[in-house]
Amino acid sequence: MALPLDYMTLRVIWWALLGVLLIGFTLTDGFDLGVAALLPFVARNDNERRMTINTVGPTWEGNQVWLILGGGAIFAAWPFVYAVAFSGFYLAMFLVLAALILRPVGFKYRSKRPSKGWRAFWDWALFTGGFVPALVFGVAVGNVLSGAPFSFDSDLRIAYHGNLLGLFTPFTLVCGLLSVAMTTLHGAAWLTVKAEIGPVRDRARAFGDIAATGVIVLFAIGFLFVRFTGLGYRMVTAPDTSGPSNPLHTAIIPAPGAWLDNFAAYPWMWLAPALGVLGAVLAMTGLRRGWGAAALGGSAVSAIGVISTVGLSMFPILLPSSVDRHSGLTVWNASSSHTTLFNMLVATVIFLPIVLAYTSWVFKVLWGRSDTRTILASPDYY
Amino acid sequence: MDLSVVDLSRLQFALTAMYHFLFVPLTLGLSFMLFIMESLYVMSGREIWKRITKFWATLFGINFVLGVATGLTMEFEFGMNWSYYSHYVGDIFGAPLAIEGLMAFFLEATFVGLMFFGWDKLSKPAHLFVTFLTALGTNLSALWILVANGWMQHPVGAAFNPQTMRMEVTDFLAVILNPVAQAKFVHTVSAGYLIAAAFVFGISALFMLQGKWTAVAKRSMTVAASFGLLAALSTVVLGDESGYTLTDNQKMKLAALEAAWTPEKAPAGITLFGIPDSAAHTTRYAVKIPWVLGLIATRSIDKPVASIYELVAVAEDRIKSGVLAYQAVEQLKLKPADPDANRVFAEHGRDLGYGLLLKKYVADPASADQATIDKAAWDTVPNVPLMFWCFRIMAFAGFFFIGLFGVAFLMMALRRHESRWIQWAGVLALPLPWIAVELGWVLAEVGRQPWAIDGVLPTSLGASSLSRPELWATIAGFTLIYGALAVVEIGLIIRTVRRGPYAHTGEPAGELPTRLDTPRGGGLDLPVPAPAE
Ligand code: HDD
Ligand code: HEM
Ligand code: HEM
Repeated sequence: MALPLDYMTLRVIWWALLGVLLIGFTLTDGFDLGVAALLPFVARNDNERRMTINTVGPTWEGNQVWLILGGGAIFAAWPFVYAVAFSGFYLAMFLVLAALILRPVGFKYRSKRPSKGWRAFWDWALFTGGFVPALVFGVAVGNVLSGAPFSFDSDLRIAYHGNLLGLFTPFTLVCGLLSVAMTTLHGAAWLTVKAEIGPVRDRARAFGDIAATGVIVLFAIGFLFVRFTGLGYRMVTAPDTSGPSNPLHTAIIPAPGAWLDNFAAYPWMWLAPALGVLGAVLAMTGLRRGWGAAALGGSAVSAIGVISTVGLSMFPILLPSSVDRHSGLTVWNASSSHTTLFNMLVATVIFLPIVLAYTSWVFKVLWGRSDTRTILASPDYY
Repeated sequence: MDLSVVDLSRLQFALTAMYHFLFVPLTLGLSFMLFIMESLYVMSGREIWKRITKFWATLFGINFVLGVATGLTMEFEFGMNWSYYSHYVGDIFGAPLAIEGLMAFFLEATFVGLMFFGWDKLSKPAHLFVTFLTALGTNLSALWILVANGWMQHPVGAAFNPQTMRMEVTDFLAVILNPVAQAKFVHTVSAGYLIAAAFVFGISALFMLQGKWTAVAKRSMTVAASFGLLAALSTVVLGDESGYTLTDNQKMKLAALEAAWTPEKAPAGITLFGIPDSAAHTTRYAVKIPWVLGLIATRSIDKPVASIYELVAVAEDRIKSGVLAYQAVEQLKLKPADPDANRVFAEHGRDLGYGLLLKKYVADPASADQATIDKAAWDTVPNVPLMFWCFRIMAFAGFFFIGLFGVAFLMMALRRHESRWIQWAGVLALPLPWIAVELGWVLAEVGRQPWAIDGVLPTSLGASSLSRPELWATIAGFTLIYGALAVVEIGLIIRTVRRGPYAHTGEPAGELPTRLDTPRGGGLDLPVPAPAE
């Protein structure tokens, strides 16, 4: 059957959709993670904490599906990436899972008992569920940029030559902290919009201010690492953009500074890092003045900028190997088949707009600030 | 690869999946029961139905979050623990998982929040619709995950591509319309409805026994008995048979669960009881009912049911053919255009998976001797005694529940809610459907062994190249977290049940249809002020 879109185009579309998913996750679940990470600091007594939790109470569950869909979509469209990254970062993934498991339970169970100890325990569980995933996801992106120690044999079975501690280097920690700063900023911005006018919102604005500074500083430090410390990979074989998905035919070698190649070739790409910084500045202004929309919009723009920067700087590489030049994954050698990419695109084009439509409707129904009086009066709230 | 890494990966997957499936079926069924109860509220306008809905919804919520939390593990576990599997079949297997996220998880997870928080924000019919969408979402998720799982049992619409060293899709529609997947879907969601009915019935019966909240309890019992009878009938009658004789693997499963070692003349009898002996390849003390198995399995009186010995002989032929396919693939790795290798592969490619079975014993399947081939052929027989007993206990549960809910339905129709023995039966039967579903999955999944993908990829090749300490660390970690959560969850369910339907509202006068319906006793209703929820 001749498909109406060629293989190369589909691969590029799925590369872009990968970005859309990551951004979707960061923009929605990102504020849930941020609010959870901020919880013990911005809310000091039980009423404040309940008010804070209920700013995300009815919607975090739907937001989390962006993460699940991310897993499923990578599996379907980039099976190599799914297989290599999840097994390679095995123990780190376990940490993420352990933290993420605490989150649903924390939201639901915290309010089920009045005891102080019970609630304090779940507060810290929620904090862990917000902080750890954000940190580890950032560290993981750092490892993608610095290359992971894996190789394929001729059956394309993966061998992994690293360990958990090897994932944490100064550069990857910077990436991890940047990710924490981004979600914290986003969470603070969300609270500026959704929390009742009062001390929690004010504290969130103050923390958000620090987080926004963190985003700018850490992003800049990350840039210095990429520019000056020998990071970078380059594909040295001619791209076979419609060839079979088999990494063994590609060669990718370490090349200091090569992550900036694309920016040199296409200067318009500097727009992405510029948005990353400008968004953070806008968010900071919004937070200081108490303009919720500016804060939230700015932090969203910043996240879009930062994530696109990473994607654009690496294109067409997806995951370079630091130990074997013939194992690195690219947009051209790691996708699923032509047919599957097409089928999945059809499914996405049909369902994603529907999802976006009803999600917006639900957010609209739930519009308005979370406020302590309503929460105390009704048993339906967390 | 180190064999025990595979064993540990299997252990971990079994633990996490079986744990996930403690919560899943209750979600599947209770979400629809909530919809039914809320429909009664919207149609009758009586507050008590709202109270009933909200009470069961509280329990639903406690269960639901653990389904979500443990589902996250499942979603990532394929990549973490089964990376070669993920590479080998991701092209087909990933698609239903992704569609499940797009079509089902978003629906269910987005609306579940509104279901809990939207009572005051939506009109009655709009809220009812939201409840419906939540239920629809959970059931769609079951559909897609079972399309994925059904494909592992019966891999249609795909072919091996030597250039990418993996299976690739050839007919996506065949994957979706896979008859095995359809059969599994019907059976599994019915089992979920059955669990929910047993849950609601059992807890309501407990209230009746304690003489508490009888207005809520009676109505809940009536709904549960009707729903449960339909569910039990559909679990048993629409059960699994349809997918059965399709593939060698399914035939093997059937032979194994019947412990049918040697051929028997059609129509075969069903073994009611016996002690299968795996070493001697025979079943001792078998008590048989003539004809029944043949009728169920082949829907005929003249077609024989394949026996284990016959199926092992088939496997042996396919292994030999698979060795040729394997050699051809090795050739194609070096010279993709080699005409001879391509010809051999076209002829024997469908048996490649059988050739891979030898990899457990020898690095190069071509070097295997006859004794090794024999061993590999006998590997295609799953654990017969386990299959045999899992199936019998599950089937017993099925007939038991038809009986229980059949009687209960009649009694509820006759307004005999007060009968003590049906109340006790309801309470005592509470664990049974969970035992049945877990054994059902053991039957389905252990019965699939030695294959991860039937006839395509042996389980022993599917695992990631991890180390044993890593696996022990995560197994210990999951056990610890899951164990703790189980304790918390059960504690919360018991607490919620004890506090009953009026825990938060304290039954305001006038809200109830009659004073008779107010809770009696209530000794367990703790004197805490309306807890902050
Ligand atoms: C027959 C039904 C069924 C089966 C066999 C499975 N699940 Fe499940 N799963 C559900 C039915 C379900 C559900 C009913 O839709 C759940 C349970 C509770 C819930 O919240 O949704 C769910 C939750 C759930 C979630 C969280 C969804 C959310 O956030 O709403 C994920 C990611 C998965 N599952 C993934 C899996 C995977 C990868 C499985 C394969 C091993 C699996 N499930 C087996
Ligand atoms: C939630 C219900 C399920 C339960 C209780 C369950 C149970 C099990 C058990 C007991 C095993 C171990 C079998 C053995 O190694 O002997 C297993 C393995 C496995 N199951 Fe399931 N399973 C469930 C659903 C699924 C689904 C829906 C899928 C796929 C979509 C799946 C995929 C697998 C895989 C990949 C393995 C490991 C490889 C293998 O042993 O073949 N399972 N499961
Ligand atoms: C007479 C009654 C029953 C029969 C004949 C029957 C038959 C079967 C068979 C043959 C399988 C294996 C399917 C496969 O390997 O693909 C199975 C699986 C299963 N059964 Fe049953 N069953 C019965 C009752 C029940 C009951 C009462 C429950 C639960 C309440 C249940 C829950 C399950 C589940 C969850 C599975 C695993 C999923 C699947 O493979 O569909 N079954 N059943």
